[in-house]
Amino acid sequence: MTLKTTLCGIELKNPLLMASGTFGFGEEFSEYFDLSLLGGICSKGLTLHPKEGNPGVRMMETPAGMLNSVGLQNPGVEHFIRQELPRMRSYGTAVIANLGGDSVEEYIRGAELLGGAGVDMLELNISCPNVKKGGAAFGIRADIAREVVHKVRRAYRGLMMVKLSPNAEDIVEMALACQEAGADALSLINTLKGMSIDVYTRRPVFRNVSAGLSGPAIRPVALRMVYDVVGAVKIPVVGLGGIQCAMDVLEFIMAGATAVQIGTANFVRPHIALEILRDLEKFMADNGISSLEEIRGAAQIK
Amino acid sequence: MWAPEGGIGLGYKEVPVLANAQIAENVYSMLVQMDDDIGPGQFYMLRRPDSTVLLPRAISVCDSAQGKVRFVYELLGEGTKGFSRLRPGDRLCVNGPLGNSYPVGELRGRVALVGGSSGIAPFLYTARVLRERGLEADAFAGFAAQSFLGEDLREVADRVHIATESGAEGHKGLVTDLLEPAAYGTVLVCGPRGLMRAVVERCLAVGTRVYLSMEAKMACGMGACLVCSCAGADGKNRRACKDGPIFRGEEIDFDA
Repeated sequence: MTLKTTLCGIELKNPLLMASGTFGFGEEFSEYFDLSLLGGICSKGLTLHPKEGNPGVRMMETPAGMLNSVGLQNPGVEHFIRQELPRMRSYGTAVIANLGGDSVEEYIRGAELLGGAGVDMLELNISCPNVKKGGAAFGIRADIAREVVHKVRRAYRGLMMVKLSPNAEDIVEMALACQEAGADALSLINTLKGMSIDVYTRRPVFRNVSAGLSGPAIRPVALRMVYDVVGAVKIPVVGLGGIQCAMDVLEFIMAGATAVQIGTANFVRPHIALEILRDLEKFMADNGISSLEEIRGAAQIK
Repeated sequence: MWAPEGGIGLGYKEVPVLANAQIAENVYSMLVQMDDDIGPGQFYMLRRPDSTVLLPRAISVCDSAQGKVRFVYELLGEGTKGFSRLRPGDRLCVNGPLGNSYPVGELRGRVALVGGSSGIAPFLYTARVLRERGLEADAFAGFAAQSFLGEDLREVADRVHIATESGAEGHKGLVTDLLEPAAYGTVLVCGPRGLMRAVVERCLAVGTRVYLSMEAKMACGMGACLVCSCAGADGKNRRACKDGPIFRGEEIDFDA
């Protein structure tokens, strides 16, 4: 029995990638368990220049989820390459650099710098709802996404996965546009746009008004989008959105996802990925499954 | 294969609840069995194994001795309400101790411990540690109407001053009315933002060293999620959980 997964030719130990923004650069979690047990880590969302992120309240818990408005606080691409990447490489797991931006030029320059840095894959974040310009708009309209993906494609020779927003006008059209523009893989979904109001102050809780909803509350939405996109594209799809346990992973794999990402669940228990791996192996053993290939896309009704 | 030597997670464990009782209106005291090396001012992320809320809650250590840790917490929502229903023998998932601690080795002179409402909680253990190191510490505890932990503080602090806004107990008014920052070498403060700001400003005005304990909503408590950021006076963000929760007073920008 094996959990080994091939994503765009990269051999992953298993299909579990830690989602961007929920795992830092791995360091904090390395105090809790051996990160080489993971399939891979997607870095905290990077931008060309360092960003302090959003002021004010950044998080509200919601039923079965959380709203966040971090706003891509990060140390910038150059700091990442110099300080964080060597340590990430030392963990013995795949390293995926998540790159966001406010403008096409920023995406291109960031991708160029990451090009020679030695990451296994670039995850192009065109879907962050928490930055005022750029990121979010790129993720909503397919024609705008096509342009940025195409331009980054020309600037970056390595493997490039594009992270899609559930706030896209049409997720399948968006996925097809990114595929045509040269994406090697797609990851979906990023957070859903939501908001919260403080009834005592009668004002929105978040200074940006809206924030990104994650956690199990969004899982059925994510699963449906992954299912639809897998049915439409030829490139691998990485599924994420509210995955908490092995059964959730299996649903995404059966919808056709090549791999999955664990996000908000990392906040609930730091070692939750290990529990999921243990339970995945048990499910496979109990059900006579020797490889995830046997069940990948099994639920797709043609 | 998936469990490293010594179990999963260095700081993550499931521990038994020994006692859990209400000590004031909306305030509970819970004793759990665990033997950790804790610094004064540190906290844990707590979560019921059968939690109905998603995220763990950050709760400071009120006291620690003889293989037991005490948490004093205010009921603020569903998470803390869930804690209040735990009974002796129930289990609690804990991650910690987390964050930095008051630099007791660097403290000089008399120390004032200033707490507002449940912000007084971490000063029980802090006072105990200061006494062990031979430092003189006075506690200043402010409440809206009903005080708590006063008796416990009297056992470990040199003097205990209580203020209530209603006048039900001690000085009628704010706890800051009682504090004379110039009389202390160091002031430690924990509580509502307004209290911390007032104490920090008064201490800095007379040159008294002041440390505060930052409270913020946290998701992970480990420095990864960046939702507990607070603005530093140098324009750079600090993570309340990992860079803090203890900061020098002049490090924080209260206007941000």
